[in-house]
Amino acid sequence: MQLASIHFKQRASGALANERLQGNLKRFGSGFADKRAAARAAYGADAFDELREASAAIRDRALADLDAWLLRFEQEATRRGARVIWAEDAAEACAQVLAICARHGLKKAIKSKSMLSEEAALNDALAAAGVQPVETDLGEYILQLAGEAPSHIIAPAIHKDLGEVSELFVKHHGRPRSDDIGAMTREAREMLREHFLSADLGISGGNFLVAETGSVAIVTNEGNGRMVTTLPRVHIAITGIEKVVPTLEDLSALNRILPRSATGQEISNYFSILTGPKRAGDADGPEQLYVILVDNGRTRLVGSALQEMLRCIRCGACMNHCPVYQTVGGHSYGWVYPGPMGSVLTPAFQGLENALDLPQASTLCGACHVACPVKIPLPDLLRTLREMQMERGLRPWAERAAFCAWAFAARRPWLYALATRIGARVLRWMGGRRGMIRRLPLAGRGWTLGREFPAPEGRTFRELYRASGRQKA
Amino acid sequence: MPVMRVGLFVTCLVDLVRPRIGFAALELLEAAGCEVAVPQAQTCCGQPGWNSGERASARALAEKVIAEFEGFDYVVAPSGSCAGMIRTHYRELFAGEGAWLARAEALAARTFELTDFLVNVARLTRVPGRFAGTLTYHDSCAGLRELGVKAQPRALLAKVPGAALTEMTDSEVCCGFGGTFSIKFGEISAAMAQAKCERIRASGADAVVLGDLGCMLNIEGRLRRSGDAATRVLHVAEVLTAKP
Repeated sequence: MQLASIHFKQRASGALANERLQGNLKRFGSGFADKRAAARAAYGADAFDELREASAAIRDRALADLDAWLLRFEQEATRRGARVIWAEDAAEACAQVLAICARHGLKKAIKSKSMLSEEAALNDALAAAGVQPVETDLGEYILQLAGEAPSHIIAPAIHKDLGEVSELFVKHHGRPRSDDIGAMTREAREMLREHFLSADLGISGGNFLVAETGSVAIVTNEGNGRMVTTLPRVHIAITGIEKVVPTLEDLSALNRILPRSATGQEISNYFSILTGPKRAGDADGPEQLYVILVDNGRTRLVGSALQEMLRCIRCGACMNHCPVYQTVGGHSYGWVYPGPMGSVLTPAFQGLENALDLPQASTLCGACHVACPVKIPLPDLLRTLREMQMERGLRPWAERAAFCAWAFAARRPWLYALATRIGARVLRWMGGRRGMIRRLPLAGRGWTLGREFPAPEGRTFRELYRASGRQKA
Repeated sequence: MPVMRVGLFVTCLVDLVRPRIGFAALELLEAAGCEVAVPQAQTCCGQPGWNSGERASARALAEKVIAEFEGFDYVVAPSGSCAGMIRTHYRELFAGEGAWLARAEALAARTFELTDFLVNVARLTRVPGRFAGTLTYHDSCAGLRELGVKAQPRALLAKVPGAALTEMTDSEVCCGFGGTFSIKFGEISAAMAQAKCERIRASGADAVVLGDLGCMLNIEGRLRRSGDAATRVLHVAEVLTAKP
């Protein structure tokens, strides 16, 4: 996917002006967050929080010896007949997929949801090499028809409404328009069925990799994942190296927290543990199973101040609880991962200088941290990225100067008292009879574009307190 | 029980914009039987620098606050975000530094947001204020999620004669202030404030009550810009000390 995170502000501005999108975002609203809250309550709030704690510990244990667990995974997967391929970056991941296509003469790929394939822009690479990629997750399918990128990591087409999808279906399916969700879903299934049966390659992501068994675990709701991983003669699972967990026991704990955090489900409709290709006597399954383990910037985070981000299990709870995401939508963030987790991952993977606004585009309200199933301290990580920006001189000169001036004054009480005394009076005067300032100059313009600035009372607390004669010291 | 000696951390926004909230906090602490002092050299807790990645300036101001306030039994601020800065983030500023870290942690343990202090430490039983009308409470993010301030202000407001509390939907959702976020991303911030204002109006309350100046300026600024001159925006300390 083309990186456009540097344009966050313009994109967000466009999103705010797009009435249809705003309506769709409002309808989406707190739906997932409410479902998660209900699932947490049903599980028992305290038990749920203990499970979060345990899940974070599981992820930390995996990350502490990431190299060792990955090698164990490779060993076990290979022993069971899968082939494990390592890819350092997106380009190498695509090249490896294409090499497999060439080796086996593959022409059509059906895909289940994979954010890593978005990271690698795999569909473009496949199409350019003459392999037809077909997205089979309903949301991803809709977006493929629309030529758009996902705006949410588990609900990719959440920014679209029924009418938009109906129009797309009419245009691409050539059938009479329907506005009935059941009928439309059946229509998409019919369209996809033909692809399922004719594809020779299935490409999936992987929610988890289990080191002790060499298995790939996949969490889905639509059943398309089953088709993708069993029908075609070749299956490629492509995933980030951080997805590994040591044991099946660990997988079981994480599979309790993931669906509850994501959609509020106790368990997803389908949960597959794929171990090796079809064996002699198996009724179905692929003849060849490849697992492509992609780094694409992840090892840089190991041992860094951002390592906790690698705990992420891609549930989407942070964006579901993020008031900024809910206001501007996922496309504003300009890359594969939106919301709080994306605001950490995008600069981490794509470079701090290529996503300048993202670490700043948060009120640090903390809702994401509270919702995160693996307790990633997202506000702290965003703050850390802000520090890195400052250190590398990536913030505007005026902002740095303003902070220096403020810190200089705040450490000199006499100067601070004088400045605030003047400031309070000037602002009071600007507020006029209503006590509201309509327009502030310089950086303050950002405030008064959409709000008044309530004017100060006119004298500072410090002055009034001194005048009250209560001062003892 | 010996008299509790409280250092009032006024906060920079109260000092500059709404001094009456500082006096209301003072009145409440005294009503709770505390001996209150207001160190005159105090300025800012360092939060703007901390949140913007200016660690050095945040640290310098944290040292200043520690030196000014460590002599008191308690430090109380009429703000969840400033109290949260001292309580949860000072230790991160001094991580790995023996002496300063110990001083920061000692101060953190004795620092409270105003309503948290009044309810859980001073155990204030009667409040001086009265209010005729309905109130709705906006949970400010730092107070709520860093300090667990949720029941405390509501418990105190329930003691105010004449005041009826009604909850808005999503009272825990951020109003869009976020410090410098409100200026850097003014458009997004104002849109978030608008969503909050709609929930406040839908609650039918006469006034929205809150515990942080940032949210207060943001919400009041958006209400007035959108033509709502009626819905009042009050700090919880103002309601608790309001004169009939």
